[in-house]
Amino acid sequence: MSAPPSKPRPPATVASELPPDLNAAERSARLRTKATQIRRSVIEMIGRARMGHVGGDLSVTDILATLFFGVLKLDPDAPRAADRDRFILSKGHCSAALYATLAHRGFMPIEALSTFMQPLSALNGHPNRRKVPGVEANTGPLGHGLPIGVGCAIAAKLARASWGAYVVLGDGELQEGSNWEAAMCAGHRGLDNLVAVVDRNRLQQGARTEETNRLEPLGDKWRAFGWDVVECDGHDHAALYEAFVSPRQGRPRCVIANTIKGKGVSFIEDRVEWHHKAPSLEQIDLALKELA
Amino acid sequence: MEPSQSAKAPLYDCRQAFAETLIELARSDERIVAVCNDSVGSSNLGAFQKQFPRRLINVGIAEQNMVGVGAGLANGGFIPFVCAAAPFLTGRALEQVKVDVAYNGLPVVLCGMSPGMAYGELGPTHHSIEDLSWLRAIDDLAIVVPADPAQTAASVRWAASAQTPCYLRVGRTKVPSVSPDPADAFSFGKIKVLRQGRDLTIVATGVMVSRALAAADELGKQGTQARVLNVATVKPLDEAAIVEAARETGAIVTIEEGMIEGGLGAAIAEVVVRHAPVPMRILGVKGFAPTGAAEFLFDHFGLTSDGVVAAALELKGP
Repeated sequence: MSAPPSKPRPPATVASELPPDLNAAERSARLRTKATQIRRSVIEMIGRARMGHVGGDLSVTDILATLFFGVLKLDPDAPRAADRDRFILSKGHCSAALYATLAHRGFMPIEALSTFMQPLSALNGHPNRRKVPGVEANTGPLGHGLPIGVGCAIAAKLARASWGAYVVLGDGELQEGSNWEAAMCAGHRGLDNLVAVVDRNRLQQGARTEETNRLEPLGDKWRAFGWDVVECDGHDHAALYEAFVSPRQGRPRCVIANTIKGKGVSFIEDRVEWHHKAPSLEQIDLALKELA
Repeated sequence: MEPSQSAKAPLYDCRQAFAETLIELARSDERIVAVCNDSVGSSNLGAFQKQFPRRLINVGIAEQNMVGVGAGLANGGFIPFVCAAAPFLTGRALEQVKVDVAYNGLPVVLCGMSPGMAYGELGPTHHSIEDLSWLRAIDDLAIVVPADPAQTAASVRWAASAQTPCYLRVGRTKVPSVSPDPADAFSFGKIKVLRQGRDLTIVATGVMVSRALAAADELGKQGTQARVLNVATVKPLDEAAIVEAARETGAIVTIEEGMIEGGLGAAIAEVVVRHAPVPMRILGVKGFAPTGAAEFLFDHFGLTSDGVVAAALELKGP
């Protein structure tokens, strides 16, 4: 496992992790490497804990890697710096992916990941900002992240500050009405410092989203609420990066990231039964081989 | 309605003191913002909006988003006063209150406007008689129920600087002043002893405090000296004052504008039963109210000075 980022950084200034002068191909290669490291950590964590939301962890990994290593202005040495970007994982059940991302980004030692869901660990099944540096909001019940992100974006506007708010939502989560209260509010206010990312893996706990409570036409829904919508391959780091940083023109941005639940591990991919399930020891070995 | 000394005293809508204090604080602290759900009028935020148009964030009729937005503003360094009619703030957005505010540990001031049965004739959908029961069970959430304008102003000042999740119940039902010293009307976490007495204790909160005082006056005429405690901080509770009252007076009557199950009386009983068991009577709302104005409903549920006197005499015996 790689060490936390060693690039020296002035403590009072937050910045994105990758050097800004990287070309697109170099950036994508770096992000791909980070994503693989995160996926391997997730498998090890869930294997050890014997529980976890492995399918959603693996579908959201490339989104998290691109944001935390390519986009978000953060300082692991000053996790509450006033001008940091705010990142909220609304699909809080995918905490393993968030913890692994935070550890690889330097917010905690990689070794701390081995305590995932152990008694009294800071790494609860759902994230806790009071215990884990880098966590911005305690999430778990669905439909809570976007309203908080809207509040963060309004705060930045009121303070005339340049930081932004980024919220990652599950697609099944969009069945919660509070998301649409928040979406309406953000659209009305033209919060162009807010990005909502939908991890569109098309599966929820019990079945496919479209069989459970149809989301499509999903882009049209966000557009109707006043958002600037970009759809992309949620495992293509270059496309994700572009979707996060391209100009927004007075509207909040919704990135619909088309993903595969369980991405990267063949026997987990796109299978509903892997929403919340731990792999066997054999399956862990197999998964780590596939994620080499 | 209440034949007591306070019947002649001037009566106040506590939303006025709330709004004036909030504006005064906002002038010197740019972090103070108000968030509301299309309740600029009913939360009495019109003057605030006029003076600080950017800092009044009206999210429309969307209470879950409203509380989440408040949490986000607190995360971003602001001190949000999130104002909505109490039943919708606490009922509709209960999970946001629990998770986004309390569990996140964010300094959001949740202002339950027009609580209790202030909306009388509008009926049980608009009554907030469950809020104390619901919110008392949420860890890390302070609950403050001022009884008059001086307490309201002081508790708004406290909330603005406390940097802690809290629920402030801001009354609409008109009340007389009950604070003997308006300059020392409220200390967070402390009960105010409004009358000394050794025969029994009346514990009241919010709108009911003036009724407790009237009852004590009446009991005094009959030779029973009642102690009166004004509990403006329902959580955390001033346990020492309650235990002292139980030990020294031997009997307690509580009165509140809320459901008996889980409210102020229950909170007092939880302390009393552990530290100084004494006989108690708990006066409160007993179910969904029939149609009627607040005062009518207080009579209906026995939330009157006569009701307190009767409960006290029952406890102490003839």
